[in-house]
Amino acid sequence: MPFFVPGEDPGTDFLNLLRQTGHEPFPADLPGVIDAGHATTVLAVRCAGGVVVAGDRRATAGHLISHRDMQKVFPADEYSAVAIAGAAGPAIQMVRVFQLQLEYYEKIEGKPLTLEGKANQLAEMLRGNLPQAMQGLVVVPIFAGFDLSLGLGRLFQFDITGGRYEEQDFATSGSGSLHAGTVVKLGYEPDLSIENALALAVKALWHAADEDSATGGPDPVRGIYPILAVITEEGFRQLTDDESGQVFAELRAELGRGETRS
Amino acid sequence: MTMSGMYVSPEQLMQDRADYARKGVARGRSLAAVEYQGGVALVAENASSTLRKVSEIYDRIAFGGVGRYNEFDQLRIAGVRYAELKGYQYSRDDVDARSLANQYAQMLGQIFTHEMKPMEVEIVVAEIGREGGAELYRIQYDGTVVDEQNWCCIGGDSEAVLGRLSDGWSADFDRDGAVRLAVESLAGPDRSMSAEDLEVAVLDNGNGRRCFGRLDDDQTSSLLAG
Repeated sequence: MPFFVPGEDPGTDFLNLLRQTGHEPFPADLPGVIDAGHATTVLAVRCAGGVVVAGDRRATAGHLISHRDMQKVFPADEYSAVAIAGAAGPAIQMVRVFQLQLEYYEKIEGKPLTLEGKANQLAEMLRGNLPQAMQGLVVVPIFAGFDLSLGLGRLFQFDITGGRYEEQDFATSGSGSLHAGTVVKLGYEPDLSIENALALAVKALWHAADEDSATGGPDPVRGIYPILAVITEEGFRQLTDDESGQVFAELRAELGRGETRS
Repeated sequence: MTMSGMYVSPEQLMQDRADYARKGVARGRSLAAVEYQGGVALVAENASSTLRKVSEIYDRIAFGGVGRYNEFDQLRIAGVRYAELKGYQYSRDDVDARSLANQYAQMLGQIFTHEMKPMEVEIVVAEIGREGGAELYRIQYDGTVVDEQNWCCIGGDSEAVLGRLSDGWSADFDRDGAVRLAVESLAGPDRSMSAEDLEVAVLDNGNGRRCFGRLDDDQTSSLLAG
């Protein structure tokens, strides 16, 4: 059982606890450089009463598709989500440690971190990952959540050095982010309804998948659809595959093609 | 000059330490844990709404402590750390109350025999199973572990409270029944307790992954009134 003398107590910092007990979560000083790519599209859109987060499902290794049902949007805790782009291994590890950090803090302190505090924690982890990023293992997340003290949805973008940038309307990340960002930008209005924000997110992902080989589109044959999540005052909720499929069916009708032409 | 005046027999030493710890625990107010269908209720007599006696350790595990606050809170934090590290290293399902209780026992036993003063605490570790059923471990200041069935009580007035718990407990209890029995048992025949005097928490299978939940004063009041 871990027990610390006052000067060495890791306090509320789970990363510190891991390090002090010999579980370095982000090994640095690796020999060589790995080209792990940056292939993904994830995005977050602010809407009335909250924020919508979405991400495609494709993972690639070079020109190969290595996974068709990757999860890139994760609940960080009850009221926030993190969407990842970048090298899958380190990104998923970062999400895991981040989730544990938020819950650990909440248990030790008896109350959750503020949304701002959570965003800062993620920035801190990215700073810790900088040596790995320099060697090609880049992680570029989006963080979004419902701020209970302000009563609104907020979203944050990051860079590999741990720079934290709050966005007012939307944020995108990954290789398809340029295309997705343009679509969201053109369709965005303040106080979008949740339904319209979901439709816009799905449209943006569809166009990103249409232009970017590393972003996966909807796969009705296998029933795999991009992950859509909504965070409101009621907390984080991920849409089921059926619900996501329904949002895509509406997009298909809107695009007016009936069937997608090849 | 002889040193004979300095000699204390080991029996006497242990006895003194045990008396010291027991007195510390006896000064504290009691805490009761009561099993019900699908959960465990943990109820403590506690006028503070910020300094907690009952807390969440892990997905299905809760902690209750009485005695000296800073000491049992230290144990609580060590327990959270132990559970989180174990879950990180292996998997969430590998974290269980039995091994946590053993860790606490080791630690308290070690402190009891080797430190200047024993911890003036008594703690309970509760875990609920996915298919119902609960484990309750009571751990004393000297590291003694007791595997309790269906209910348990720690703290000053525990013998009287235990009598009332064993008279009133039923296997058909739901959450509200368990909380009411715990409150009545803690209060005894001559007192009545209101929500402000109590700290009420549950481990409940209906709460999702994190089974731990607190009842605030309003919820407790309406439960006790109903």
